[in-house]
Amino acid sequence: MYLAPFPLAPFPLAQALPTQAPGVFTGGANVIAVLILLAEFGMLRQALLRDHIRLYMAQSALIAILAVIVAAARHIPDLYVLAALTVALKVIVIPLLLRRLLRETDPVGAAAGGADIAGSGGLGEASTVLLAIVVAAFGFFAASRLGIRSDAAPVTALSVSLSVVLVAFVLMIHRRDVVSQAIGLFSLENGISLAALVVAASLPLILEVALLFDLLLAVVVFGLLIRIHHGRGRSLSTADLTRLRG
Amino acid sequence: MGVVAALLLIVPFLAGLASFAAPPRVGQAITAVSGVASFGLVLALIPDASQRAASYFGFVRVDALSVVFLLATSFLYATVAIYSIGYLPGGHGHDASARYTRRFSLGLNLFAWSMLAAPLMSNLALLWVAIEVTTVISALLVAIEGTDGAAEAAWKYILIASAGLSIALLGTIFMYYAGAQVLGPHYSMAFAPVLASARHLAVTPVRMAFVLAVLGFGTKVGLFPVHTWLPDAHSEAPTPVSALLSGSLLAVSFYAILRYYQIAVASLGPRFPRDVLLVFGVATLLLAALYLLDQRDYKRLLAYSSMEHMGILAIGVSFGAPIALAGVLLHVLAHAAAKGNAFMGSGVLLRKFGSKEMRGVRGGLDLLPWSGPLFLAAVLALCAMPPFGIFRSEFEIVAGGLATSHNGPTVILVILVTVAFLGLTLSANRMLLSRPRPRPGPGPGSAEPGSAEPGSAEPGTAEPGGPLTRGEPSVWMVVPVAVGLVALLVLGVHPPGELTGLLARAVAQLGSRA
Repeated sequence: MYLAPFPLAPFPLAQALPTQAPGVFTGGANVIAVLILLAEFGMLRQALLRDHIRLYMAQSALIAILAVIVAAARHIPDLYVLAALTVALKVIVIPLLLRRLLRETDPVGAAAGGADIAGSGGLGEASTVLLAIVVAAFGFFAASRLGIRSDAAPVTALSVSLSVVLVAFVLMIHRRDVVSQAIGLFSLENGISLAALVVAASLPLILEVALLFDLLLAVVVFGLLIRIHHGRGRSLSTADLTRLRG
Repeated sequence: MGVVAALLLIVPFLAGLASFAAPPRVGQAITAVSGVASFGLVLALIPDASQRAASYFGFVRVDALSVVFLLATSFLYATVAIYSIGYLPGGHGHDASARYTRRFSLGLNLFAWSMLAAPLMSNLALLWVAIEVTTVISALLVAIEGTDGAAEAAWKYILIASAGLSIALLGTIFMYYAGAQVLGPHYSMAFAPVLASARHLAVTPVRMAFVLAVLGFGTKVGLFPVHTWLPDAHSEAPTPVSALLSGSLLAVSFYAILRYYQIAVASLGPRFPRDVLLVFGVATLLLAALYLLDQRDYKRLLAYSSMEHMGILAIGVSFGAPIALAGVLLHVLAHAAAKGNAFMGSGVLLRKFGSKEMRGVRGGLDLLPWSGPLFLAAVLALCAMPPFGIFRSEFEIVAGGLATSHNGPTVILVILVTVAFLGLTLSANRMLLSRPRPRPGPGPGSAEPGSAEPGSAEPGTAEPGGPLTRGEPSVWMVVPVAVGLVALLVLGVHPPGELTGLLARAVAQLGSRA
């Protein structure tokens, strides 16, 4: 899938992009970046929390695949380690923790059916998706105007990553249950990982490890707070979090 | 000095583990000792840091600016640790409360540890990691009371602050990109080389990184419009944690913004970064001043006062004059002492009157012979009354604003600070100077322990039906506040020469290419 530069916007990268067909690497990387964005949109639409987690797993796996592709094409061996850690943490450990949390808090009830929590507060499902498309387009074209060049991955992937970040914000605002909000935040982090692959591919491994460890810590604390939340209200919904205001 | 920095990174962490393993009372003593020791260690760093910046172990860097923030954090850590001895029940054979106290001590020490670690990091990515760690630990501390309000505040806090910090991470990555163009792709994001080569950095990525960092770290500073977690978390957290959140956590996040500000000024020139900070500062100050006028909960009142002071810091930096920057750094210290005092005083009020509502507190000066006047003094200090430290710092900021002919913003600053003064003093007046509310019927004296129902058997607490008698709940809750008051007076009347040397050096760092 080749994303042609938007004809009306001044596109400073036009000369960097090939005029005919893109190479295998550029094309492949862009396809994966777009799939990551599609996974984000899928989460926005997905009412079942279990499928929500599955989409997060798929999105994280795509990040790892992209890291491997960049590592192979650009000879950055650190990225293999990063890909392995990403798989271990975001595809295996975090989904496992989230699944266990779901089992403990609501095995078969309303949350699994998505009856009372998947709905949005103010906007309907269709309007939310439209809004997400608008902010995604904004992120995509805003990034293309930054004039950032990268040797590691195609810059289109950076534009897509900003779209992912913005759609993740829509997801967190739209959803009204604690698990979806948490997954929204983790997928926001995936969007930043995608951006990092483009503009900071050679970030020292030790820093990457520190960032991933930090994510693990955050996931554990999110889990604890979700459990506390569920313990108080017997529900995962955030609709009743309206006591503190003013 | 490397040893001192290493000890600062080790002592609070070990104290946290030890206080969790030990019996509650011993754990509290360990916490207090660790707090005072950390403060002593930071004092030992001052003479060296006023001379030069030094790096140790590859990831620690100590300079004047970081020591200013370490000083604020460690001072509050020490006072709050001592205060907690009186604040917590201590668990006399009570199983649940013993567990609570141990968890609390663990969390408090680790929270202080993470806040002391952040200014010591030599590396922008590690700085981000340390600040994220402060978020997750403090979110657990906000939730520790287990009430509905605490659970709600903790959830809002961790979600909003983590989302904000994700924005800051994006800023960090853009800064890495900018640096990699000049320093080669394998540099470690260490702060000093980035700053040294700032003039050669590409403009657009630095601009992006600075705005994203202000917005992202600003979420934890409490800048408008990303402040919404702040009043909830401050009012629902246990009082010692509120004091640390307000006096240290906000300041440490502001420290991160200052680091990006240094790079941005060196790379883009002073105009753009200052304008950004001015807009955020004025909006924050405006919102906080208006909210201060209409509060019913006194802990929320103090939370909005924190936002007010963070707005003042941002405006002060945007003035850019050396005297304004000196005022900003002094303000960080004075605000830590004053807000710590105010929150600790509010903890005594809560203990005495059993209500966070201002309506429930009457005659504080009559009923609390020590804490009443001390709380009043803290509120007056927060309103920038002389002779306290905040008067001196705000005076310097205003002088700097006028000196650089930022007349409009300076006038707005003075007006809004006056509005905030009105809100704070009216509320304090209602709580402290009014008559104690007469209670119907004779009841057991509240200073008598164990006379009320089991739930509120602490001496000095509010008891339904009984009149409140004059007296302090605990001497441990008075001493640290008195120490804080002394610090405020010293900062206001005559700051010691070592401190002014440190501040001057830090100002030189901040304004070096202004």
